[in-house]
Amino acid sequence: MERPGGKKSPGQRVSEIVDKTQGSQAWNSIFRPGSVFRKGYTDSPRNRSYVIMNSVLYHLHPVKVKRHAVKVSYTLCLGGLSFFLFILLTITGIFLMFFYRPTAAQAWNDIYTLQTSVTFGLLVRNMHRWAAHLMVLSVFLHMARVFYHGAYKPPREFNWVIGVILLTLTLLLSFTGYLLPWDQLALWAVTVGTNMMGYTPVFGDQVRFVLLGGKEIGTDTLLRWYVLHVLFVPFVTVIFLAIHFWRVRKDGGISGPL
Amino acid sequence: MTEIPEHLRKRAEAARAKAAEQAAEGDAPAEAPAAEAGEPAAAPSGEASRIPAHLLERSKSAKARKEGATAEPAAAAPAAAAAGGGVATAVASAAPPPTATGPGGHTQRLLTVVKAGSIQDVKATPVDKVHTWPHLIAVEFVAALAVLAFTLIFSVFVNAPLLELANINNTPNPSKAPWYFLGLQELLTMFHPMVAGVTIPGMGIFLLILAPYIDRNPSNKPEDRKFAVSLFTVQLMFWAVLVIIGSFFRGPGFNFVAPWTQGLFFEL
Repeated sequence: MERPGGKKSPGQRVSEIVDKTQGSQAWNSIFRPGSVFRKGYTDSPRNRSYVIMNSVLYHLHPVKVKRHAVKVSYTLCLGGLSFFLFILLTITGIFLMFFYRPTAAQAWNDIYTLQTSVTFGLLVRNMHRWAAHLMVLSVFLHMARVFYHGAYKPPREFNWVIGVILLTLTLLLSFTGYLLPWDQLALWAVTVGTNMMGYTPVFGDQVRFVLLGGKEIGTDTLLRWYVLHVLFVPFVTVIFLAIHFWRVRKDGGISGPL
Repeated sequence: MTEIPEHLRKRAEAARAKAAEQAAEGDAPAEAPAAEAGEPAAAPSGEASRIPAHLLERSKSAKARKEGATAEPAAAAPAAAAAGGGVATAVASAAPPPTATGPGGHTQRLLTVVKAGSIQDVKATPVDKVHTWPHLIAVEFVAALAVLAFTLIFSVFVNAPLLELANINNTPNPSKAPWYFLGLQELLTMFHPMVAGVTIPGMGIFLLILAPYIDRNPSNKPEDRKFAVSLFTVQLMFWAVLVIIGSFFRGPGFNFVAPWTQGLFFEL
């Protein structure tokens, strides 16, 4: 509707801008055909297929899944949520890395400063901590769910093996992060843990030495566990996650129905 | 050279033998095409032709008429003779049919019928499926959002612990491992550290990895796998109980305490 004097209403202006943006070359180069963000997206079977097929989601999901797989009561979303928590932990973890130095002299003070004088510092650290515990729990429950559904049976045996490895990696991720605040809780939890591993038969002392980076827990241990926590274990985990997800699809999608 | 499957080769041999047999008993299929064309009525009577006789006759006479029409201006006399009644013979001598025709004057033959089952093996049975978008993606999105909301709200109200600076000379009493290792720490009170800290968890992980290779039962129905399910449940309960005892019922000196009287000795 033209207003008197050739003025356009704000609504018209907005829709014009939206039209222009969605019609631009840049927009169409980003969103592939069938994307919900493209101009004139309509809900059709063809477009529903394109949304998956023409996007990065195709690396995770097929175009169609079994109807029973969509039921929340079957998987409880545990595997997907474990992955989501992993991503959440990566994001919050990167934030924490900006304010943390892994030396015995600075670590605790850095955490303390983060909590008291960094905007959202305390919140993000809390989220990182609780999400970590939640991830251990959800990975564990995911394993139980898979067992109770007999989903580890052929052809999915090897994906179960990878899953157990991922469970161990999750525990390692959590445990290596436990030391980093360098408070009494961290120090003595890790002392108990590494003492246990020190009882490995034959080369127990060597295992302990490698883990601690010395005879005693100290600043070398902190650096070692920091690198393990932020780089090495996540790196290995991502590789195994990729194989895990790929195998889910190659082994015929989700198991069941019972 | 291409391998011919045994059963196909046998079938082809059988067909060839049959054809030879037929050729021997009735000489109609082996007739020269020219002779055949000369006697339109003779060919359809042969066993080899499956085209109804009247159709074959009709097409032949139509063909002859067409040929005769084209030939008319060139030679008026033969055309006149043809009009008299000797159509077929006259045309046959003028333009013999293609030499590559098969029995009965057919220009094509059916070699074999290959059934779909022998070249494409369809194992999959149709499955009831739905589009991932929006059905699955929507569920995942909502689940992720719910967990994010839970983590965020929980983090607003509950702070992560930060005790005093680490001090190697001051051992807190009790010293506890992270909660998921408290089951192992509980075992430590009962067994030698090597057994509790290395052997039992090592065996546990190892058995867990081997589970799909030990459990040979192909069924995934709970009623068919009562043993596996109960064994796993006992394991889960065992660890859960150990972790709970280690977390809430152990106090100073890792001695038993009742959390409702002496309080919690537990940090996450």
